[in-house]
Amino acid sequence: MNYQFNWSVLWSGQTGAWLLQGLLVTLEISILGWLLAVMLGLFSGALRTVPIAPMRWLAAAYVEFFRNVPLLVWMFFWYFGISPLLPQVLRDWLLEHGAEFSAGVCALGFYHGARFSEVIRAGIRSIPKTQFEAALSTGLTIAQAYRLIILPIALRLILPPVTNETLNLLKNSSVALTIGVAELTFQTRQIETYTAKAFEALAAGTVVYLALCLAIAAAMARIERRVAIPGMISRGRTGGG
Amino acid sequence: MDFQVIVDNFSFLILQGFIGFGPFAGGTLRLAVPAIVFGFVLGTLIGLARLARSPWISLPAKIYVEFFRGVPLVMVIFWFWFIIPALLGRSLPEYSVALTAFVIFEAAYLAEIVRAGIQSVPRGQLEAATATGLPATSMMRYVILPQALRNMIPALVTQFIVLLKDTSLASIIGYVDLTKAAQIVNNREIRPFELYLFIAIVYWICSYAMSRYAGRWERKLGTDTA
Repeated sequence: MNYQFNWSVLWSGQTGAWLLQGLLVTLEISILGWLLAVMLGLFSGALRTVPIAPMRWLAAAYVEFFRNVPLLVWMFFWYFGISPLLPQVLRDWLLEHGAEFSAGVCALGFYHGARFSEVIRAGIRSIPKTQFEAALSTGLTIAQAYRLIILPIALRLILPPVTNETLNLLKNSSVALTIGVAELTFQTRQIETYTAKAFEALAAGTVVYLALCLAIAAAMARIERRVAIPGMISRGRTGGG
Repeated sequence: MDFQVIVDNFSFLILQGFIGFGPFAGGTLRLAVPAIVFGFVLGTLIGLARLARSPWISLPAKIYVEFFRGVPLVMVIFWFWFIIPALLGRSLPEYSVALTAFVIFEAAYLAEIVRAGIQSVPRGQLEAATATGLPATSMMRYVILPQALRNMIPALVTQFIVLLKDTSLASIIGYVDLTKAAQIVNNREIRPFELYLFIAIVYWICSYAMSRYAGRWERKLGTDTA
């Protein structure tokens, strides 16, 4: 082994700025993807428990199709497969505003939405059916029962698995480099290409991901403690995943 | 929309891309199957190490698991793709790099499954085995692991589904799996919608079939122990 370490490549020249830009893009795409995923997950997860069969089937079809296909394939599908089918006006607009970024957000959002959906369904299922019946008997409609009774309880119960999925989404945002989104892993590779210092560049990227994951896990653990329903949540270990 | 492109390239996509017969070293299954087998062996060792009483054994195992679970797989693949040539002074074929990366990455997740499986075996079993005078290794081998393995099967199948989908990421270092095969065909034919939809369906059939199997097994376990 005759590898020459040179850690100064990480703060000399543009590399520091690249890492920072990469971090910002990773956060941006993860946050937007997360918002889309949570919306889709909440909606389809709740639909899978309603007493109306066609709605359950529709939600089940979405979940089973999207979560059983690799995220990378979804990236290619949204970026190469869907954009050519859009009307010209929309395509021009997308090309100016970063088509790969929007495709990345869609791929992350729809893929993780299906995974969030399963988590949310499990949370709703774990609430005793009598709660729902009691809510209906007080005169609430189905929609009100979900909004006011079921979801507020379910959302607290599912915080630990949601933390896990959030970390998965953050890590999976690195797949967006395949369609040219300049996120953290992309920038790490760029530094490797420019400086030929593979070890230092990859170590820097890895440390940033680890720090992000640990920070999110710690923040979510605090929130879990804050909103815990006494006697209903088994305090488990979260993080990783 | 024209699905003739799928018919024309069917054997390349499935035989070369999905299974791994053909002029390129490739294949989704040829990567996924050895990766889960070797990953399980390494994962079992790490999972057992995490349960060890001595912190000198359990702490490194814990660090291993937490480290690899906190890093994206793409990053781990790049580690091996760029570091192995730097260390060895020569590059290895994509297949070896991808297999090494997947075994080491998946072992972290499989270790957690093994640990949970072992912890799911009732304590009384361990005490009974101790009472019969079995030494620790035989106890693990004949009493704990067989029962733990049975409890682990649904989680293992689920992890294999994850792995099967993750192998698509090997295409970023040029390994010709199903996803790369579709890219190669697409470069020639420019039919992205049809091609990516087709491989999505192939992945879907495999994953869905296995997840149904895991679900059935889980229900069976549930009724057995109840």
